Amino acid sequence: MLASILSLGGIGFLAALALGIAAKKFAVEVDPRELALLEVMPGANCGACGYAGCSGYAKAVAEGKAGPNACTPGGQATLEKIAHIMGVTAVAAEPQVAVVLCQGDNEKAAAKYRYLGVADCNAAQKIADGPKTCPGGCVGLGSCARACPFDAIEITAQGLAVISREKCTGCTKCVAVCPRKVIAMRPLDATVHVLCNSHDKGAAVRKYCQVGCIACQICKKTVPEAYVIEDFLAEVVYEHHGQAAPAVEKCPTKCIRDFEDGYPEGSSFGPPVCKKTEAA
Amino acid sequence: MKLKSFPGGLHPPDNKAWSAHKPIETCALPGELVIPLAQHIGAPAEPCVAKGDQVRKGQVIGQAKGFVSVPVHASTSGEVIAVEPRPHPYGRDLPAVVIRPDGQDAWVEGLEEADPEALTADEIRDRIRAAGIVGMGGATFPTHVKLSPPAEKPIDTVIVNGVECEPYLTADHRLMLEQTQKVLDGVAILKKVLGVQKALVGIEANKPDAIAAMQKACAGRGIEVVPLEVKYPQGAEKQLILAAVGREVPSGGLPMDVGVVVQNVGTAAAIDDAVRLGRPLIERIATVTGPCVNEPKNLRVRIGTALAHLVEACGGLKSDPAKIIMGGPMMGAAQLSLAVPATRGTSGLLLLGEQDVSLETEGPCIRCGRCVQVCPARILPTTIAAYARLDLFDEAEQFCALDCIECGCCTYICPSALALVQAIRYAKGAIMARKRKI
Amino acid sequence: MEQLYLSSSPHIRSEQTTDKVMRAVIYALLPACAVSVYLFGLPALSILVLCAAGCVATEAVCRKLMGRPLSLTDGSAALTGILLALNLPPSVPWWLALLGAAVAIAVGKQVYGGLGYNPFNPALVARVVLLISFPVQMTSWSAPAPLGSGLDAVTSATPLGEMKTAVMLTGKLPEAMQQGIGSYFVGHMAGSLGEVSALALLVGAAYLFWKRILTWHTPLSYLGTVVVVSGVFWLIDPARYPSPLFHLVTGGLILGAFFMATDMVTSPVTGKGMVIFGVGCGLLTVLIRLFGGYPEGVSFAILLMNATTPLIDRYTKPKKFGFVAPQG
Repeated sequence: MLASILSLGGIGFLAALALGIAAKKFAVEVDPRELALLEVMPGANCGACGYAGCSGYAKAVAEGKAGPNACTPGGQATLEKIAHIMGVTAVAAEPQVAVVLCQGDNEKAAAKYRYLGVADCNAAQKIADGPKTCPGGCVGLGSCARACPFDAIEITAQGLAVISREKCTGCTKCVAVCPRKVIAMRPLDATVHVLCNSHDKGAAVRKYCQVGCIACQICKKTVPEAYVIEDFLAEVVYEHHGQAAPAVEKCPTKCIRDFEDGYPEGSSFGPPVCKKTEAA
Repeated sequence: MKLKSFPGGLHPPDNKAWSAHKPIETCALPGELVIPLAQHIGAPAEPCVAKGDQVRKGQVIGQAKGFVSVPVHASTSGEVIAVEPRPHPYGRDLPAVVIRPDGQDAWVEGLEEADPEALTADEIRDRIRAAGIVGMGGATFPTHVKLSPPAEKPIDTVIVNGVECEPYLTADHRLMLEQTQKVLDGVAILKKVLGVQKALVGIEANKPDAIAAMQKACAGRGIEVVPLEVKYPQGAEKQLILAAVGREVPSGGLPMDVGVVVQNVGTAAAIDDAVRLGRPLIERIATVTGPCVNEPKNLRVRIGTALAHLVEACGGLKSDPAKIIMGGPMMGAAQLSLAVPATRGTSGLLLLGEQDVSLETEGPCIRCGRCVQVCPARILPTTIAAYARLDLFDEAEQFCALDCIECGCCTYICPSALALVQAIRYAKGAIMARKRKI
Repeated sequence: MEQLYLSSSPHIRSEQTTDKVMRAVIYALLPACAVSVYLFGLPALSILVLCAAGCVATEAVCRKLMGRPLSLTDGSAALTGILLALNLPPSVPWWLALLGAAVAIAVGKQVYGGLGYNPFNPALVARVVLLISFPVQMTSWSAPAPLGSGLDAVTSATPLGEMKTAVMLTGKLPEAMQQGIGSYFVGHMAGSLGEVSALALLVGAAYLFWKRILTWHTPLSYLGTVVVVSGVFWLIDPARYPSPLFHLVTGGLILGAFFMATDMVTSPVTGKGMVIFGVGCGLLTVLIRLFGGYPEGVSFAILLMNATTPLIDRYTKPKKFGFVAPQG
């Protein structure tokens, strides 16, 4: 028995020795700040910062190649921690969330045809420019929901994508993957949006969608400084988003939504988080 | 005797009995012809007429743009009532010249006849280009380009494609039966322009009457008929070459790389019209068929005729179609409506009913291997499609996504109703887009 | 006119669907099930029913918990249940059958994502789990007590068990085995529900060949390898090693070669790959039977080869049309 204790113990000791020597000899010099930065990153590896994963961004920041505010999912908290580690001041970019500029689900918007095939918006788009008659409308097959690393997007039972204001971190992956470019980044503070993406004339829009913008200009007449109509489509002027609310009930097609009143119909998300950040 | 063939492939139900015995009928001129400017691979033609112009049959209404392009011609005489975007087989509105026929159907002046024997190869090519001839099998590749192989790719054989492997379609079959001489005259011109001695006509064994007619007429003309085993997709260019002459076109290559040029029988007939009679391509044979048509027929159709008019010429709809397909059921394109016009590539119009459309939703891949067994390109459809769905295009390319001929065999046979061709096409598109960007 | 359908080509499909395939395999197994019920009576029937029902129930529960769509109509769970039952001795208690069914589906299949994603044959996973966890119940065999014969089940060893014991103890095969094997073929031997009648199984397999659901690659290479390898040993010492024919009709080889090794999800996708898979299964089966600790090698052989399937797939990619060998 003594023999086995000695032999096994000896092997163990030698192995430990070898590992220790190797650890010292083959050690890679890492900037300790890089490790500290990696600790404070959210760890989602979403790529919103433009680097390959959190470790890529940590390396870039440590090397001074990247600013501290590129991590949108990390938000204010991460920004402050990064700034603290690097010894710089934290200047926050205005937080943004993704918004689907469409309320035309299967009940409200017409379809050109019944689509059969891979349940992917980009695939469907290749077949006669997508099943929805409206050229800018949401296809509703879920490419954005699958691309979202934070589970912030749902597709309603009626085939409309809705993005949760709470869960969205502003990483913009959904914007890139949408074939109709119907998702746009908007300031988190703004709760009023014109949810339409069609530049067709009003008469045409009326034919294929109950909730599309017909560029009737009523919103602009109600609150002139908060709306601009361009190319037959109204849009909120975000510098004045705080004043945009009165036009919501005046809009004849109800395409303007104030998210304080809730998400579009069919969404299962609870009441939206609509806190306003403190005035800068 | 065992017939020549290729590895892979399958046997979908033929469905040619609907129309194989029906002689070609000329479809009457419609009240309006919508002639798209993009009917071929390559740059669309540029319109050279305007609203209000009077045009004659065969007059150039759109000029070719660049080498890989052909002109577009008026299919009858009449007045141009518009040059504007109109529904197009590609699924969106594209520029077209709209003509209201005047009933005279008068040819444009200046179309000269010629003797092919007296023309040089270049002169023949010019005539073919001026006539707007494109591949009539459905691919619509400009024929004069195909007939201009570079000097470093010598050609020794021309293969004429009379296979028509797609179910339902019988247009080429009837053409070979009824216009045998014209087809063979066209083949003779092909031989001349390419400078080859050897010409083969591939015909599937399910058309014994066409094989007999063609064989009889070929005697002494230096053209040989090759009967082929009935299997889809025998009519695919590379598979046809392998079966007919035993040569395998290298991956990424073209038939000219193995010394062969392939042309459809319809193209050969059109070439004869163009070179000998000077007539441009303004009409073609199309099979209108399917369970929703009252009288399936093979129609001689003027380019620009709306599909609805073709259906009328076939006794109208028997029942509401659930799917309108331009072409055959394996590789044809589903259409948004019957308002779309017939173009130079319209080999058939297939109206399928609700019971013929497969509504199964995709299941998981059960790795049965059938798609691998039937693939004529001998690649792994299920693996490529899986990578395509994950947007892993480098891996899809490694697994030879670009070698896919999009024949549809894999999707046809898949028990889990996976949309394999759609996924592979998606990957191919992304890979080609990347290559263009680099 | 109702709105038109649009899709990518092709626009027609073959009639064969996954559930039709699964159902065909279930039909093919019915003769063997019938024979086992005849030979072993009610216990066999109850095991078959318990396993099939247990598998279907487990699948329903798992899919619900996973939040995935229910997939019960594709028949794959019921098929797994029947295959598992055919791998069990007729005397196992009801709770063991149910446990096996649950393990087969939950651990062997759903944990990986469901149909099409599992790397190992679920029925064999369950069988091996049961064998290792409950060796006594899983190796208590009974001789057939045909319905109506008035016999009670009698504990008896399987032919393979007898062989292994005899060879271990005496270095020679038992006398009876050195002669004929005719009775084994039609089922007069002890064994699991599916082992006992090679004939009924072959009838089912013939049906599947006719339906083009089975191809020759795996079964032929599996059985062929068994014949060759066992033949080599038999020729070396016929008193110690049984003949290839004995190997073919005893144990779960026929069941394994035609119904388990051919499971599409866990076997290679190309013909060449399937042949390599079959050869590997055959080799391992014979080695385990002759030299391994267990009398039956089919389950382990197939599971081990299942692990190599991705590797086989990788190295047996077909040569594409127009393949050009790289120069230089």
